[in-house]
Amino acid sequence: MPKTENTSTAVSQASMLAPKRPGAVPGLALGLALLSAGPVIILLLLIAVLTFLSPYFLTGRNLSNILGQTAVISVVAMGQHLVILTRGIDLSVGSNVALASVVGALSFHAGAPAIAVIAVMVGCGAAVGAINGLFYVFGRLPHPFIITLATLSIAKGLALQLADGRAIPGMPDSIDALGRDAVWGLPGSVFVVAGVAAVLFTVARTMVWGRWIYAVGGRPDAALRMGIPVSWVLVSVYVISGLCAGIGAVILAGRTDAGSPLFGNLLELDTIAAVIIGGASFLGGRGHLGHALIGAIMIGVIRNALNLLNVNVFFQLIVIGVVIVIAVESDVLRNYLEGRVRVMQAGRQP
Amino acid sequence: MTAVAANAGRAATADQPVLAVRGATKRFGSVLALDDVSIEVRRGEIVGLLGDNGAGKSTLTKCISGVHQLDAGAIVLDGAPTQIRSPADARFAGIETVYQDLALFDNLTPGQNFFAGRELAWPQWLPRGLRFLQQRRMDAETRVLLANLKVTLPRLDAVVAMMSGGQRQAIAVARSTVFARKVVILDEPTAALGLRESRQVLNLVAALRDQGNAVILITHNMEHVVELADRAVVLRQGRKVGELAPTKDNKQEMVSMIVGA
Repeated sequence: MPKTENTSTAVSQASMLAPKRPGAVPGLALGLALLSAGPVIILLLLIAVLTFLSPYFLTGRNLSNILGQTAVISVVAMGQHLVILTRGIDLSVGSNVALASVVGALSFHAGAPAIAVIAVMVGCGAAVGAINGLFYVFGRLPHPFIITLATLSIAKGLALQLADGRAIPGMPDSIDALGRDAVWGLPGSVFVVAGVAAVLFTVARTMVWGRWIYAVGGRPDAALRMGIPVSWVLVSVYVISGLCAGIGAVILAGRTDAGSPLFGNLLELDTIAAVIIGGASFLGGRGHLGHALIGAIMIGVIRNALNLLNVNVFFQLIVIGVVIVIAVESDVLRNYLEGRVRVMQAGRQP
Repeated sequence: MTAVAANAGRAATADQPVLAVRGATKRFGSVLALDDVSIEVRRGEIVGLLGDNGAGKSTLTKCISGVHQLDAGAIVLDGAPTQIRSPADARFAGIETVYQDLALFDNLTPGQNFFAGRELAWPQWLPRGLRFLQQRRMDAETRVLLANLKVTLPRLDAVVAMMSGGQRQAIAVARSTVFARKVVILDEPTAALGLRESRQVLNLVAALRDQGNAVILITHNMEHVVELADRAVVLRQGRKVGELAPTKDNKQEMVSMIVGA
């Protein structure tokens, strides 16, 4: 009884507030709309400013370069995005890329045909992802941070061991083609990114499994009570993230004609940064593939611009760090504004 | 049991109970949360489940909805003893639950919430997870359902994070009406609501009953019990201490049973 009375007074206070501030909700709605469009606006502003600052920036050659250079981050960030959607994190993707590329190079030198080399790399990535997911879920770990940190170390060590600490040159020609210009002056890797994006979009937005990923990210306990197979949904996002790392390894191997245990260094941070900068919520449940792609391109543009403008390489790290802070704070601000909208609506309820 | 049910007036006309819990016992470590509790609910009937905090109301309903499993006792659905091992089992058996925390997905729209875990999708020959969502069909059914229940929401394409407490409660209750075939359990559905919003939710509860569901209503509000419930079952310290047909006159008696005075 007292509980009911308390809340009803809270509601009536809200309704007393509402008439005094009639424009409040549309104002908040505008703020929220701006926040959700934020990353795109910032990217466009960035492009406009850079076009003004450097005559080389807005050339087909340079744009094609940026897309080629961000292909690996883009693909792996799309996998990372699904993991983050479920409130998780995959720290192993960088090492996973390194291990997959080494295993691929070794299998090529053992005489495997191109198609088998690709299958080995993608399969290796997926296997590491499966280990992450299975240990996290069925090993009852409190957070995926721990298992993916462990596989970060294991995969890196394994890659260094297998390759004897050195890069292994040589990849099948059809994989190398990914690094060369294919159509319309764009490198083949860009089409791989587009293909992965199309498949993941289909899964995430049009299939039941994708809806379950969002549900698990929104409220894991409620998802369980609604009969959604939460365990398998969680395992699947780590497998997909691993798959994407394997595909990233193929792209990187194609660009460099080699497999190397040093590939993918700090890629986990770049991909997490891309997802967050692009506007997905670190709190889970909110975001789409476009966010991961926008974020990846933004990182590529920032790096490219700082190169073109002859800015110190070390400064790039600082800039990207600052952008991450801005992105995370705008996520917090978005949550706060949504809370305000809710209070206003409680007051307006007829 | 039967004598109690016969005394319950309005309920006596219905035939076999759609849900019967017999001798429910549940222990958490050294705490005996439920001690030999039996209740019955019939179609088109609302049973109020009363008791102080920690009396075992939530434990009992969580055992029925598959969140917990009974240590001893049986759950009988339409005369057949039924094993309910998970919330999915319970939903499959036709038991819907409106949880106190609502169990809504803030990041999804009302329609997506309604169909969460039971999405309409095709083609049928694929495993469920791999089917394609029929979003327009789900949206259309959501609109019809909300209109039938006279629930008005500002926008159907906005996520429920943006909606007020009453709207969210209405969505949670309405969701249970989509698939309820036998039993609906509501755990304090009006606890966090103002007067007008409570009224809307109570109307929804009545609508659930009129659809022929057996309804178990947990509440602390005696007015609501008197108004809606055909029978009231009172729990105290894990035991059933009374069962009666609530009226304005025996309100005080119910309160005494609840507090054990």
